[in-house]
Amino acid sequence: MMTNPGNRLTQGQFSFLPDLTDAQITAQIKYALSHGWAIGVEYTDDPHPRNTFWEMYGMPMFDLKDPAGILMEINACRKTFPDHYVRVTAFDSTQGWETPRMSYIVNRPKKEPGFGLVRQEVDGRRIRYTIHSYATDKPETERY
Amino acid sequence: MSAREEPEDVPGAAFGEDAPVDLEAEFQDSRVQEVLDKLDRELIGLLPVKTRIREIAALLLVDRLRKRFALTAGTPTLHMSFTGNPGTGKTTVALRMAEILHRLGYVREGHLIAVTRDDLVGQYIGHTAPKTREVIKKAMGGVLFIDEAYYLYKPENERDYGQESIEILLQVMENNRDDLVVILAGYKDKMERFFLSNPGMRSRIAHHVDFPDYSPAELMAIGKLMLAEQNYRFSPEGERAFAEYIPLRMKLGHFANARSIRNALDRARLRQANRLFALKPKRLTKRDLMTLEAEDVTASRVFREGRADADEIPAG
Repeated sequence: MMTNPGNRLTQGQFSFLPDLTDAQITAQIKYALSHGWAIGVEYTDDPHPRNTFWEMYGMPMFDLKDPAGILMEINACRKTFPDHYVRVTAFDSTQGWETPRMSYIVNRPKKEPGFGLVRQEVDGRRIRYTIHSYATDKPETERY
Repeated sequence: MSAREEPEDVPGAAFGEDAPVDLEAEFQDSRVQEVLDKLDRELIGLLPVKTRIREIAALLLVDRLRKRFALTAGTPTLHMSFTGNPGTGKTTVALRMAEILHRLGYVREGHLIAVTRDDLVGQYIGHTAPKTREVIKKAMGGVLFIDEAYYLYKPENERDYGQESIEILLQVMENNRDDLVVILAGYKDKMERFFLSNPGMRSRIAHHVDFPDYSPAELMAIGKLMLAEQNYRFSPEGERAFAEYIPLRMKLGHFANARSIRNALDRARLRQANRLFALKPKRLTKRDLMTLEAEDVTASRVFREGRADADEIPAG
């Protein structure tokens, strides 16, 4: 049974929707900026859900007023890593939160092979399950 | 937000050539007059500058109307250069300009980021580009004000990183015209030379505004406005003394127009406080606290020795 046709990675916000257009991304960034959150652009080619720390593309951006600068950075990252996952993270530094408040994918590889289920037999016939990204069988930079 | 954008109607396609235009209503609607009035009220003199800004505002307003009739293509180039001596109000006018552009909808946020060479140019290879980009990102949606812009280009050092910064700026000035407006400021002759050696920069700047020096009468008016802002005033004798002070100070070196007047007033306030303290009058009135007397002004070294007060001569 195919549970996720197309094997689209579903992480973060809006990931079950069609890809966001630039206008929609701009609107989301505007929302984050209006709350004073710092925005970072990150990329990775290891889509495992437990891989939470992606590589940062440049520094996180503080004290911006307008989304245009961030969109410029997103496009630069897309150009450098056209076949990587790229996400935008909005970090809230106010006390009590101190955590990303928004995170959504803005670029994905053309072909996403998806995940396979791996069964590991351990003592007493017990089975341990884990998921494994087919893409990570290949070395870094050759995955997509 | 819908995933698909509605197909936009071509605005004005339904109007004929004789469709009426309400310029007045549009003008009221943009509330630009408020900013222009504020400019008139708060800035003394500078008539050519005010005229120029009025012209630019009118041009943008008409452009906005034309857009409604689908008559224009693309945003007009709004990058400017402000030339003039120090203290002639370039930064203040740039702030107002940002506000005007914001009201007319040519910049989205209307904030002003004021930078100099230090904020744009790095100290080692690979440092300049991220630094310049950082500043540009901050200025997006507003106005980037580059003070003493000619320092960006140092012809005597061909490996100077300023050139890299200029190239990034040029690229952004061309590609992100909708996103930010760049205003370059500096002394007239040095800016001329800067533009001569950077023709790309010159061709991307549509408006060259020259700031004239102030006359003594204008400086007096500026001084009084500054005092009024801080709830001070001159006594009649004090005003006469200050009117005498201004031409004397203008003849000396390092005269920075309104900035020198501000410094002179700051020192006069200092002397006034000292005088009140030394006098120890039994009954001090509110008027005493507010009034600058002639002696507060005439104690300046400009009168006694014919040179500027020590704290006004810049080091180096």
